[in-house]
Amino acid sequence: MLMKYSEIEEDFASLTTDANTVLFANRVEKTYPNGTRALDEVRLRIQRSDFVSLLGPSGCGKSTLLKMFAGLEAPSHGHVRWLGTDSPRKSGLKIAMVFQEATLMPWANVATNVRLPLDLAGTPKADSAPRVQRALEAVGLGKFGASYPRELSGGMQMRASIARALVTEPDVLLMDEPFGALDEFTRNRLDADLRALWAQRNARSDGSDTKQLAIVFVTHSIYEAVYLSSRVVMMAARPGRMVADLRIPDPVRDDDFRLSMAFTEHCRDLSARLLAASGGEFEHDEGARR
Amino acid sequence: MKTPLLHNPNAIKIIAPALVGLFLLLVWQVLCIAWKVPIYLVPKPSDIAMTLWNDGPGLLRALGVTLKITVLAFLVAVVLGVIAAFLFVQNRIVETSLFPYAILLQVTPVVAIAPLIIIWVKNPTIALVFCATLVALFPIISNTVLGLRSVSPGLLNLFRLNGATRWQTLMRLRIPSALPYFFGGLRISSGLALIGAVVAEFVAGTGGTGAGLAYEILQAGFQLNIPRLFAALVLISLTGILLFTLMAWLAKASISQWHESEMS
Repeated sequence: MLMKYSEIEEDFASLTTDANTVLFANRVEKTYPNGTRALDEVRLRIQRSDFVSLLGPSGCGKSTLLKMFAGLEAPSHGHVRWLGTDSPRKSGLKIAMVFQEATLMPWANVATNVRLPLDLAGTPKADSAPRVQRALEAVGLGKFGASYPRELSGGMQMRASIARALVTEPDVLLMDEPFGALDEFTRNRLDADLRALWAQRNARSDGSDTKQLAIVFVTHSIYEAVYLSSRVVMMAARPGRMVADLRIPDPVRDDDFRLSMAFTEHCRDLSARLLAASGGEFEHDEGARR
Repeated sequence: MKTPLLHNPNAIKIIAPALVGLFLLLVWQVLCIAWKVPIYLVPKPSDIAMTLWNDGPGLLRALGVTLKITVLAFLVAVVLGVIAAFLFVQNRIVETSLFPYAILLQVTPVVAIAPLIIIWVKNPTIALVFCATLVALFPIISNTVLGLRSVSPGLLNLFRLNGATRWQTLMRLRIPSALPYFFGGLRISSGLALIGAVVAEFVAGTGGTGAGLAYEILQAGFQLNIPRLFAALVLISLTGILLFTLMAWLAKASISQWHESEMS
């Protein structure tokens, strides 16, 4: 297949090292053996300290894209680059992931669960203990290290899951609809805390070598995406593709932001784009249309 | 006035079934007396108790023999079953090629192959243990395989993402996930080991190897000593219940802190 000149140019650009681009999906496609096209020619660049939401209806391939960034799934065509290298390991990037469920080990207490990534990396207990405590405090679970997952509410389990992701001080945090199963109040609370946590990590980067944190957040809630992110990438289904890439410049995210005109405008804009992309009608679920 | 015992759920767990048992025994006793049932057909519970008391030492010695075979067979089954399960989950090809034979072991009636084994294996204890092991093995294999496979896919992804080695995934994820299933297997197998031991003894018969409880039952049957037959039966049942309770306690002690099945 012939490439357009601009594509060749951009391919070339992707190979030259750009220290600011942590993740790069270059014309990525995914076709499953049953013929479903989960992703079609997706091109997406994630910068250091970005907060990007991947937003779209179910079946638009946003979770698939996230798994590719995690290195858990390979594209059928195109390629993913981590700091310009072809594997997360080579890049030296620390990538952490938070899943739809809290996925805590039920037989271990919260502190042991949070310590898991350090244990797997062979970190000595003496070094890991203070880091675990710091991660737990960062998500507001400082006093719950000795509790078992079943003793925690759904929201607190999710917090523990986030603490486990933060304990390695990752460069990239991939989140796959982490708050989808929670009630709205808990979800808003966690959204606010997550945004604050991200802002805090990236505010420290002014002087020294403290690490910046990029978050890629998959959601199907327009409001959540607008509230959280500095950038919203809108995707549509059948085949899964990108339809919009929108910056949300507003610096302050608090309860007032949720009620502001700007917030409403962003949401309306995104809804309109999704509507336009899906041919004038919303596709609510797979079963509705054959 | 309150009786505190009745408000203690743990006490009720023991008292309630005990009362039912006593009631049934009482009905049995009364019916036997009322209908004048001869002792060589259905002995009264009191007759059985008398026999248990009088023939106690002999019966207990027989029980010891059966119990030894049961415990040995159970331990062998646990060790072999767990090893087989680990082999099976390492590799799909290993599992596909061997699992049918594990099923073959399970579906072949031990009564049918016990005579062969008794002919082939000289040492009667080993022959009996072998038969009982065959019966007890399969639940351990199948439950442990199921447990080792039923790992949360999310956690598996998490381990992969963190670059966990095969060994780390096995020790920290697969084995803990498998424990509840494994204990389920233990509970079934402990009972089956006892059944296997008794069945094997039956087949081995009175040919001098005996002295187990099954031998006692056969002898009592030949002599129409029905109370003694019942007494031996009672001992077998009690042993089975004891084994089951032991396994239940073991499961509770190991996983009640986190697994729903053992909480209450």
